[in-house]
Amino acid sequence: MAEPIVEVRNLRKTYGDKVAVDDVSFAVEPGEIFGILGPNGAGKTTTVETLAGLRQADSGAVRVLGIDTQRHAAAVRDHLGVQLQEAALHDKITVGEALRLFASFYADPADPDELMALLDLTGHAGVQFGRLSGGQKQRLSIALALVGNPRIAILDELTTGLDPQARRATWDLVERVRDTGVTILLVTHFMDEAERLCDRLVVIDAGRVVAEGTPAGLVDGLEADRTVVVRFGADDAGRARTVLTDLAARHPDVGHVSDGATPGELVVTGSRRVLFAVVPALAETDLVPDDVRTVARSLEDVFLAVTGRQYDPQAGDAGAVTEGAHP
Amino acid sequence: MTTTAPAAAGSRPTGSWRGFGRLLRTEAAVWLRDFAAPFFGILFPTVILLGVGFAIPGMRDPITDAPETSVWYGLTPIATYLPTVLAMAVGTASLTVMPVTIATYREKGVLRRLSTTPMRPQGIVVAHLLINAVTTVVGAALALALGQLAFGLAVPEQAGVVAASFVLGMGALFSLGMLVAAIVPRASAGNAVAMSLYFPMLLLAGLWTPGPIMPDLLRQIGQFTPLGAAAQAMTMAWFEQGFPLLQSVVMVAWAAVLLPLAIRLFRWS
Repeated sequence: MAEPIVEVRNLRKTYGDKVAVDDVSFAVEPGEIFGILGPNGAGKTTTVETLAGLRQADSGAVRVLGIDTQRHAAAVRDHLGVQLQEAALHDKITVGEALRLFASFYADPADPDELMALLDLTGHAGVQFGRLSGGQKQRLSIALALVGNPRIAILDELTTGLDPQARRATWDLVERVRDTGVTILLVTHFMDEAERLCDRLVVIDAGRVVAEGTPAGLVDGLEADRTVVVRFGADDAGRARTVLTDLAARHPDVGHVSDGATPGELVVTGSRRVLFAVVPALAETDLVPDDVRTVARSLEDVFLAVTGRQYDPQAGDAGAVTEGAHP
Repeated sequence: MTTTAPAAAGSRPTGSWRGFGRLLRTEAAVWLRDFAAPFFGILFPTVILLGVGFAIPGMRDPITDAPETSVWYGLTPIATYLPTVLAMAVGTASLTVMPVTIATYREKGVLRRLSTTPMRPQGIVVAHLLINAVTTVVGAALALALGQLAFGLAVPEQAGVVAASFVLGMGALFSLGMLVAAIVPRASAGNAVAMSLYFPMLLLAGLWTPGPIMPDLLRQIGQFTPLGAAAQAMTMAWFEQGFPLLQSVVMVAWAAVLLPLAIRLFRWS
């Protein structure tokens, strides 16, 4: 195993009474896309800001390229590109000016023109920051994080506020950047983003690491629960519910039956063989479902398994409207 | 995958000034794109001087109701107003333009963003000090030149002392402006604090009661404020023979106290 390029050990950071980061440890290897995943307010941003030397930890150790960034943050600035959550430029600076300006701070900068081409910004070189769309601002922000030719780039919530197409384009871009040899630390509250992009990740909840591994490994490591969703027409739904509830009571592979999100839909959970039990039981009673599907497991199920509650990305936002959990 | 030896820890314990030249040029170019900042920093003193000179009756008529031995005798009121306008030029750039720029950068996270790069975030503060210092001088020179063209101004009795007082005034007022810039969290707060300093100080500097017609009480209080001291020192050096010692000490004292305080209290986010 290669020497870790980023290392966080037992990090703790409080703001007065509020514990932002309780106890976080992880190590990032060179060349990977490493995810820090968790709901808002879980302590992700505080973790990377401390890592970048922008905040002073209460305790614990943070090392980037072997350097203690709490004490010698300036020593890694040339090699650490940071994209902060919110856009941070004068509204009247143009894309080209901003890139050339930031390039001038580094010892061995990337070519701003090449970077603009990579990030699809060449046509906007003369456009002022205040007039860019959300996606363009985000791409510029990524470009500024990369303009110093960093070894490591921290990307914090880079697709928040983007439309689905722009999100996918940004994901492709992150992969292309990784392919150039940059190690990427990706902070996100989007499960799908982490699942799609990360080689490895930590899931953070309430300032603690609750899970760590590859996305596939985490999902595979779940208890062998499976879920089958069957949908019936209005005539059959009631009878099907009785049949399946009865099945759950006597069959070892069938655990629980509940109503789904739409009328006539039934959600059956059980062991990994639950489908084999459900289909014959329906065949015996000649109940033909309009639709049968098995529910793919995702990191959301991992989160549910390790925290005991549904994943709510906005959990930490006081007064925020909470999105309903996916069925 | 190869691992490279990390750079020696602490090899560069602080940020660098690499790229400062480009930072200064870019900030100046971007700053000029705003309407408000260049207007108030450069044109405002001239607008006030010409406005007062042309709009208020009698400003261009020589003073003849003062005793013939008075320093004011034979001068035009607009000529006696000039030192106050120059002091106002310093006050406008240092108290209204610069703190709001810095506070906006703090509010928008520009200072914070910069501290993730090798450039010291101090770089942007120094850049705006330089930009505003240069525009103050340009604004004052413009007021002088156009005032001379429009009204024909008085020749200073002690030109060197006038210039020195102007520089000391810049030191005191930019220190005060920097303290405001150091601590206000947002542009709106910066604006409110700046205005609550700016207008009382303009009053105490005699913007509405220049030179000969200034009430003695205002003059007594005003000489202890940075802007009032600057205006009085320049007025004295322009029209009289004495050296404005008290006012000079006042300006040096303000700078000596406020600038270290501003540096100490400066918030980057």
